[in-house]
Amino acid sequence: MNEAVKTSAAVSEGAHVAHPHEQAHEHHHETFVSKYIFSMDHKTIGKQFLITGIVWAIIGGLFSVLFRLQLGYPEESFPILETFFGEWAKGGQIQPEFYYGLVTIHGTVLVFFVLTAGLSGTFANLLIPLQVGARDMASPFLNMLSYWFFFLAGVVMLSSIFVHTGPASGGWTMYPPLSALRQAGDGQKLGADLWLISMSLFIISSLLGGLNYIATILNMRTKGMSMTRLPLPIWAMFFTAVLGVLSFPVLLSGAILLLFDRNLGTSFYLSDIVVNGEILPNEGGSAILYQHLFWFLGHPEVYIILLPAMGMVSEILSVNSRKPIFGYMAMLGSLFAICILAFLVWAHHMFVTGLNPFLGSVFVLLTLLIAVPSAIKVFNWITTIWRGNIRFTPATLFAIGFVSLFISGGLTGIFLGNSTIDIHLHDTMFVVAHFHIVMGVASFFGMFAGVYHWFPKMFGRYLNNTMAYMHFWVTMIGSYLIFWPMHYQGLAGVPRRYLDKRGWVSFNDFADLDKMITVVSIVVFAAQLLFVFNFFYSIFKGRKVRTANPWGANTLEWTTPIRPGHGNWEGDIPEVHRWPYDYGKDGREFIPQTEPVGAQETKSH
Amino acid sequence: MSMTNKMEQKRMHPHKFTLWVAIGSLLMMFAGLTSAFIVKSNQVNWKPVAMPVWFTISTILMLLSSGTMQLALKGFRERVMRNYRLWMWVTLGLGAAFVASQWIGFQELWSKQVTFQGAGAGQFLYVIFGLHALHVIAGVIVLLVMAIRSFVGSVKSYNTVPVEIAATYWHFVDLLWIYLFVFFWVVGGGQ
Repeated sequence: MNEAVKTSAAVSEGAHVAHPHEQAHEHHHETFVSKYIFSMDHKTIGKQFLITGIVWAIIGGLFSVLFRLQLGYPEESFPILETFFGEWAKGGQIQPEFYYGLVTIHGTVLVFFVLTAGLSGTFANLLIPLQVGARDMASPFLNMLSYWFFFLAGVVMLSSIFVHTGPASGGWTMYPPLSALRQAGDGQKLGADLWLISMSLFIISSLLGGLNYIATILNMRTKGMSMTRLPLPIWAMFFTAVLGVLSFPVLLSGAILLLFDRNLGTSFYLSDIVVNGEILPNEGGSAILYQHLFWFLGHPEVYIILLPAMGMVSEILSVNSRKPIFGYMAMLGSLFAICILAFLVWAHHMFVTGLNPFLGSVFVLLTLLIAVPSAIKVFNWITTIWRGNIRFTPATLFAIGFVSLFISGGLTGIFLGNSTIDIHLHDTMFVVAHFHIVMGVASFFGMFAGVYHWFPKMFGRYLNNTMAYMHFWVTMIGSYLIFWPMHYQGLAGVPRRYLDKRGWVSFNDFADLDKMITVVSIVVFAAQLLFVFNFFYSIFKGRKVRTANPWGANTLEWTTPIRPGHGNWEGDIPEVHRWPYDYGKDGREFIPQTEPVGAQETKSH
Repeated sequence: MSMTNKMEQKRMHPHKFTLWVAIGSLLMMFAGLTSAFIVKSNQVNWKPVAMPVWFTISTILMLLSSGTMQLALKGFRERVMRNYRLWMWVTLGLGAAFVASQWIGFQELWSKQVTFQGAGAGQFLYVIFGLHALHVIAGVIVLLVMAIRSFVGSVKSYNTVPVEIAATYWHFVDLLWIYLFVFFWVVGGGQ
């Protein structure tokens, strides 16, 4: 057999016979509804997550543009806002309650609906079965339920925006007592209940998804696919799912207690409260309890968002620099370390809540420890592209952009992780700058990299490159222009969540800077719309993919037909003989995982 | 762990494995709630709750139902459908009786002024036991569907996996109840 020209047809000779019942999937009669709506095909479900995520990203992004208008031009009046939002933007100015609603929904939607469901929902669904060599998820039915619970959560959240008293406005963290008391404001009325219901549905969705991802990765790998032969995106999705499955239920219990406090008069979080002159009967509650429950999820959530991006970036950088990933085992080790530490640092969000300072110092230590695995990963990404034969595809650019943002945003994390510095910086724009760069924008870059890289596998067409490069450069430069100056604002003490800072002399120095940030954020938002246009245009009109393996990659998804059906491989599932990163080895550009190790081959892994 | 154990794990059915991960996830939810209980029990105005005798009856019902579930599984494995059906009905009957005993216990507590007002272990009891009862109800529904299914339709291939999964879930709900009962008894001060 000629080793060099191994096609997927030749591979199937050596492949094993998979579970017999899995073959049956291919012969289903599929209607429009079963194929595109209530689909059980992991690839379709992935696309559903992606497109729903795009819709939510547009809403969440638009909201940020709206409140940026207010922040940049607090004295200006925009009559068009009144046309659309009526009394919420009386006189063309965003009203305080609505401002808080915008901030809350912006945060909730982007953190949960876009960067959790839209990111891991999309790529875990698409990549796990394709890259581990399975015909579908462990339970396609639960997988479908996972999407529809997410959809339902979205419907509830969307409807909360149209409620008369406005959407939830307690911030994306929904801290009680504010969020537990209807009397505290319009946004704490029906909007907050809808928020809690929507989040509960979302948690169920992400648990169903997570269960499936873990079971599929551990149980459904093809022959020869040992755990250390898994591509790094799969490892990242695995740790993501573990984090989600162990931390989301704790948020659910926190949300249930909050629902009880709001609607049934319990005092889990409430104690000795006077609101609008009314003395409430609640006693013995602890608002800090909610923060513990929230951040026990909230911090792992940061890594739920970040890890899939890390995994995909590792893969994309290796493929496109035509070099093996540097330090595969170190990558695994650092993912594992991050996963463990993620559960042990939640109280660094609570340094100024009256936490015992000695306890705080333990959390400082654990928090700063995360710098170690993070630095290992950054080092490995850089050494992977070091002296590589880099192809600057849009996916590569976004992957490199991810590394840049992860470094910039990660460094400011060292500031915030120190409890003493945090006393000054907490609740300022510095925090906003930090988490937007390191978690928000960086993960978006990972997501974009993934979309550009795997779009050919999803739709059998390419995205338009010209639009992609414009999208990249505007987003890259724009993100830094938006978030970098916020660090200075934060150091000067400018608080987050203030809609109008004109009343404070000390925060008055940044009016022009705020204008600049607002203008740039509108430009960046327009660039995202360009991407959305490119995405939908290319689904129908993009350049067609003609070869099964357009990037010359080693992983299994490129051994499937260009537009794989339900079941992924037409013949048997291919067998795996090597790790996925044999690039530039023995004078060959790449050696797919399906190719047996030759007798003369140098030993690598 | 012996080698055979590891081998068995390797061959575990994906659905079974999914259930085990789900159990881990559910445990985290109840761990979150019971640790919230511990945190709050150190606050001022904390009132312990005395558990009504009905919850002891709940415990007996739950333990019995685990046994009958095991008998149903045995019946199914040995392909004695008569035994399988019989014990399924008994199990889901015991499950329903468990939920009823919980409800009566709740009512008794409520009438003893353990309500949502004020602070104390009582509020947690309603939430935590209520959530557990919801999981029992879900289990009863699953058993009901399986029991009805065993009468209608023909079976293409004889597969023990669904029954095994139902049994594992049922035992989990049982053990979870024991944990919660003991927890409230010891930490909640509820003799």
